Amino acid sequence: MSVRTGNFSCKEVLFPVLIGWCFIILTVNRVGAADTTGGGGKEFNAGEMIVEHITDAHEWHIMDIGHTHITLPLPVILVYGGKLDVFMSSKFRHGDEVYNGFRLVTEGEMKGKIVRVLPGTTIPDPEAATPLDLSITKNVVAIFVSALLLCVVFISIARAYSRRKDHAPRGLQSLLEPLIIFIRDDIARASIGEKRYERYLPYLLTLFFFIFFNNLLGLVPIFPGGANLTGNIAVTGIMAVFTFLITTFSGNRHYWNHIFNTPGVPWWLKIPVPLMPVVELMGVFTKPFVLMVRLFANITAGHIIILGFISLVFIFGKIHVVLGYGVSLVSVGFAVFMGLLELLVAFIQAYVFTLLSALYFAMATEEHHEQANNHS
Amino acid sequence: MELVQPGIGLIFWMTLSFALVLWILAKYAWKPIMKGLREREQSIEEALRSADKVREEMQQMQYSNEQLMKEAREERDSILREARKIRDSIVEEARVKASHEAGRIIENARESIRYEKMAAITDLKNQLATLSIEIAEKVLREELSQKEKHDKLIRKLIDEINFN
Repeated sequence: MSVRTGNFSCKEVLFPVLIGWCFIILTVNRVGAADTTGGGGKEFNAGEMIVEHITDAHEWHIMDIGHTHITLPLPVILVYGGKLDVFMSSKFRHGDEVYNGFRLVTEGEMKGKIVRVLPGTTIPDPEAATPLDLSITKNVVAIFVSALLLCVVFISIARAYSRRKDHAPRGLQSLLEPLIIFIRDDIARASIGEKRYERYLPYLLTLFFFIFFNNLLGLVPIFPGGANLTGNIAVTGIMAVFTFLITTFSGNRHYWNHIFNTPGVPWWLKIPVPLMPVVELMGVFTKPFVLMVRLFANITAGHIIILGFISLVFIFGKIHVVLGYGVSLVSVGFAVFMGLLELLVAFIQAYVFTLLSALYFAMATEEHHEQANNHS
Repeated sequence: MELVQPGIGLIFWMTLSFALVLWILAKYAWKPIMKGLREREQSIEEALRSADKVREEMQQMQYSNEQLMKEAREERDSILREARKIRDSIVEEARVKASHEAGRIIENARESIRYEKMAAITDLKNQLATLSIEIAEKVLREELSQKEKHDKLIRKLIDEINFN
C-alpha cells in the first residue's frame, strides 16, 4: 500500500515538472531561433535572463513566441505623497512609457523599481521620495495562489476526516497524511515534548506546507508556478520573523535566564563586561537570520543552476545552431538531474526550517530540569 | 543586489497572507485533521485492545473447554472402571452361586443315591428273607424228617449272612 502511494506521489510531482521543462525548452528555443535568424533582436544574456527569472517583477512574463511577449499584467499599487495610485502594470509598456508621473526603471541600480519622474520627461526626479510600492507583483500573486492552494487542499482533507471518520485515508488525504503525522510526531512532539507541542503544531504545519508547496511550485516552470517565492529574501524573512516572534513571546524564565545569566559560565564573562549576554543575545537574532538566509540561498541557488544549464544551450547555439542542439542533450540531462535534486531539496529545506523552528520553540519553553538533563 | 533587498510590498503582502493562511488553516484544517487523527488512533488502539481481550477470552474458554474435556474423560474412566468392577463382581457372584447350586445338586444326588441304595438293600433283605423262606419251604418239604436238624442249620446260615 505504502509503495503504491509512494509511486503515485512521485508521478504526481514529476509529471508537471517534466512537462514544464519541455515547455521552457520549446519556448526558449523559439526565442533563440528568432534571435539568430532575425539578427537585429536583443542579444541573449544569460546573467540577465537568470536574474529576471529569480527576482520579483511587476508583470508575469509567461513566454515569448517569436518577438511577441506573452505577459500577464499585474496591478500596481503606489502610495505617494499620501495619495493612492492603482493601475495595471501594462501602462508602463515594459518601462518604455511614463504613467501618472511614474516610470518603471529598466536599467542600473534601481532596475525593477518604480520611481517618480520630472514632469514632462522620463528622467527620474532626484528630489522626489521613492513611492511606497505595494503592488501585486509576480511573487505576491504566487503567494496568493499558494495560499489558496493550501487552503483548498487542507480544508478538503479536513472534510475527509470528518466525512470518513475512523476509516483508512484515501486519495489526497493518504498522500499528505504521512507528512502531517511526520511533522506532528517527529518534529513537534520529538523536539518540543508531549506537554506543549500541540500549541505550536498549527504554526509548524502551516510553515512546512507553505515552504514545501512553494518550493515545488517554484520548480514548475509554467504559469502559475515558477515564481521564485521561497528563494525570495522577503518571503523567507517574514517566516523567520514569525518564528522569532513566537520564540520570543513563548520564552519562559529559564530561557531569558539562560541568555542574560548563562549558567555554567565563569562570572568574569558576565561582569563587568557582559560578554556572554551579548553573545547570547546576538544568538537570538542570528537564529532566525540563518533560517532566512538558508532557505533563500538554497532555493535560489537551485534555480540559478537549472537556468544556467538551460542558458548553455543558447550560448552555444549563438556560436552555431548545431552546437546548440548538441549541447542541449547534455544540458537537459544535467537540468533534469538538478531538477530531481531540487525535489529532494524542496523537502529537505522545508523540513529543516520547520525542525529548527520547533527546536527554537523547545528551547524557549524548556523547563529547568529538562535543561539539566539535556546538558548532562 | 536586488536579490538580497526585500521589497516592502512583498513584505506587506507576505505578512498579511501568511498570517491569514495560518489563521484559516489552524481553524479550519489543522484542528479537524488533528482531531480526526487522534480519534482514529484511539479507535485503532481500542480495536487492538478489544482484540487482545477477545483473544484472552478465547484462551480462557479453550482452557475451560480442555478442563471440561479432562473432567469428562476422567468421569468416563471412572464409570468404566466401576462398570468393570460391577461386571467382575456379578460374574464372581454368578460363579459362586453356580458352584453352590452344583454342590447342592451333587449333594442331592448323593442323598438320593444313598436313599436308593438303602431302599435296594432293604428290598434285597426282604427278597432274601422271602427266598430264604422259600428255600426253607423247599427244604422243609423235602426233608421233614430231619426237621430239627435242618432248622438249626437254616438258622445258623441266616445268622451267618452278613449284610454288609
